[in-house]
Amino acid sequence: MAAIEMKNIVKQYGDGFPAVNDVSIDVEDGEFLILVGPSGCGKSTLLRMIVGLEDITDGDMVIGGKRVNDLAPRDRNLSMVFQNYALYPHLTVYENIAFPLRLQNASDSEVDEKVREASKTLELDEHLERKPGNLSGGQRQRVAMGRAIVRDAEAFLFDEPLSNLDAKLRGQMRTEISRLQKRLGITTVYVTHDQTEAMTLGDRVAVLKRGVLQQHATPRELYENPANLFVAGFIGSPPMNFLPATVTGNQVELPFGTVTIPEEKAAKAQGKGLLIAGIRPDHFEDASVMDSDKVTDEATFSATVDVVEWLGNEAYAYIPFEAPPEVQEQLQQLERDLDGESLRTQLVVSLDGASRIKEGDEATIWVDARKIHLFDPSTGENLTMDADHAGIVPGGNAMAKAEEVGKEQDDVKPEASAT
Amino acid sequence: MAKQSGKNQVGTWIGFVLIMLWCLFPVAWIISLSFKSEGETGAGSAQFLPKEPTFDNYKAIIDNPDFTRALINSFGISLIATVLSVIFATLAAYAIARLEFRGKRLVLSLALAIAMFPVVALVGPLFDMWTTFGLFNTWPGLIIPYMSFTLPLAIWTLSAFFREIPWEMEQAAQVDGATSWQAFRKVIVPLAAPGVFTAAILTFFFAWNEFVLAISLTSTTSSRTVPAQMSFFVGPDPFNPPYAQLATASVIVTLPVIVIVLLFQRKIVAGLTSGAVKG
Repeated sequence: MAAIEMKNIVKQYGDGFPAVNDVSIDVEDGEFLILVGPSGCGKSTLLRMIVGLEDITDGDMVIGGKRVNDLAPRDRNLSMVFQNYALYPHLTVYENIAFPLRLQNASDSEVDEKVREASKTLELDEHLERKPGNLSGGQRQRVAMGRAIVRDAEAFLFDEPLSNLDAKLRGQMRTEISRLQKRLGITTVYVTHDQTEAMTLGDRVAVLKRGVLQQHATPRELYENPANLFVAGFIGSPPMNFLPATVTGNQVELPFGTVTIPEEKAAKAQGKGLLIAGIRPDHFEDASVMDSDKVTDEATFSATVDVVEWLGNEAYAYIPFEAPPEVQEQLQQLERDLDGESLRTQLVVSLDGASRIKEGDEATIWVDARKIHLFDPSTGENLTMDADHAGIVPGGNAMAKAEEVGKEQDDVKPEASAT
Repeated sequence: MAKQSGKNQVGTWIGFVLIMLWCLFPVAWIISLSFKSEGETGAGSAQFLPKEPTFDNYKAIIDNPDFTRALINSFGISLIATVLSVIFATLAAYAIARLEFRGKRLVLSLALAIAMFPVVALVGPLFDMWTTFGLFNTWPGLIIPYMSFTLPLAIWTLSAFFREIPWEMEQAAQVDGATSWQAFRKVIVPLAAPGVFTAAILTFFFAWNEFVLAISLTSTTSSRTVPAQMSFFVGPDPFNPPYAQLATASVIVTLPVIVIVLLFQRKIVAGLTSGAVKG
């Protein structure tokens, strides 16, 4: 087991495509790190550089205190689970798991002992003599993990291991991976584009956009203190709402009304003109289902609800609004970056399941003004970020830098869609 | 198939039987001929089945030292040419499928161009060269041209197979601790086995059945193969070739081919890679 240090890692392909740009991430010994970002953000490339399947253009990759830039994959002693599992179809499950040990010329008794142990952990005992072709997706996934855990690797690397499974199995395997990692206490780097996996599995999460590190922090820090619009929009489901806002004193003027925010937040956003306010759907509530002493006029507004999705424990209400053209463009760009495409600007509000608001109703909505974030529309930076609780935010303006890189990438490959 | 209408199925079977008759009738005729006596084939009788089936032809041909010698030559030359050709083709095809290098297309087109060359056009130059190099009437004298004619086909077949194998297989092996050579030998080659056997069978057939080079580049039974040797079966006069003997030799020469196909058929299982990756 070992720590992995990435120092100013750069990956530029032969055609000049800048896939990873100056990324520095430290993974502590035994830590579970998630690399997350939309498709084409360089997360898989970064993982493949750790394992040695991609050359590193510039920077240092240090594993367990040793620089490994020039080592072949087999000399790095890492194990990896591929997105499509990459099982050896001509070998039985037993031999698939035993493969790394056979290459180390382990004795038959040692191989048998370790394979049996791994298969017991992953409940593969009754499938050991079968071929991968006869296994279900979840079983193949477990075989791939068996092959990874059977030898004492320095670290585990996962490349979107759950993306080929159906939703239910994905949930189960997610828990399984988490349990396994905790039990073995082994350094793990896990690539995903699924923010649920990122939030639930990781000790820390590194968010990438266009090969530029945006923020490297714990899931809670990312959720509560996103460094910029991109991170804010990427983390959380349903995503954070972005509204045009103007700050005067400690009053924030939103499309639906004016709310009062804490002094220290307001101070950071003075004199910046039109801003983008970010409010998570959970930070709204139907005023009628709340204790009356918590509801204050400064923090409520009324709006007409367009659509209500009632899920039992909670309900999502959709409230359309008009955004001024200055922020509209920025919001649409953001939407594209996040692989989404929204047709209209609308507010998504998460309400208590007890709420009786119906479609078309004029509802009184309370907003938790303390949780509002204010973003600079031109740079995307979070003006109200609490830097002490935001993990590692790279210096300079990461989001703007990602934009620049994005333009370069588009110049090289207009149809870039590599993951 | 089960849901096909009765009419459709009847049509399928009629077509099947017709094709089988069309293909197998000459074979049946040769087998029948091989059991007829010399006198019967010479008498011009046209009945299909032999009047008095006899094994005399088989006895005679097995006792013929020239023929058994040719059989040994055929086996040796074909097997060596096949093994070498498949080994070289596997390595070359792997490089073509996996590596990016300058002139890759040139190599492939050149290989194809060689395959398109008419064999007859090369007989003259080869004859001159082989007599100079002392390769005339030797095993290598036939093995080398056979390899150069079968390599292109083998390379094309195998590189198609290699391209089908997900690259992740090899990367997984490397991460698991394999050297490039181990990954190739333990993962890629077993996965490409159907392709290797296909290439092997095609190469073997070519070498086994080849006639033009075999007759032109040999002069004695020390290296003459069966197809060439058969042209030396002469009857009492040019107008009475020994049909029964020729048919018997044909049957004997065909048997190994059938055996080899049946043996290798099990190896040529399509879809061996299923289950490797999510599909």
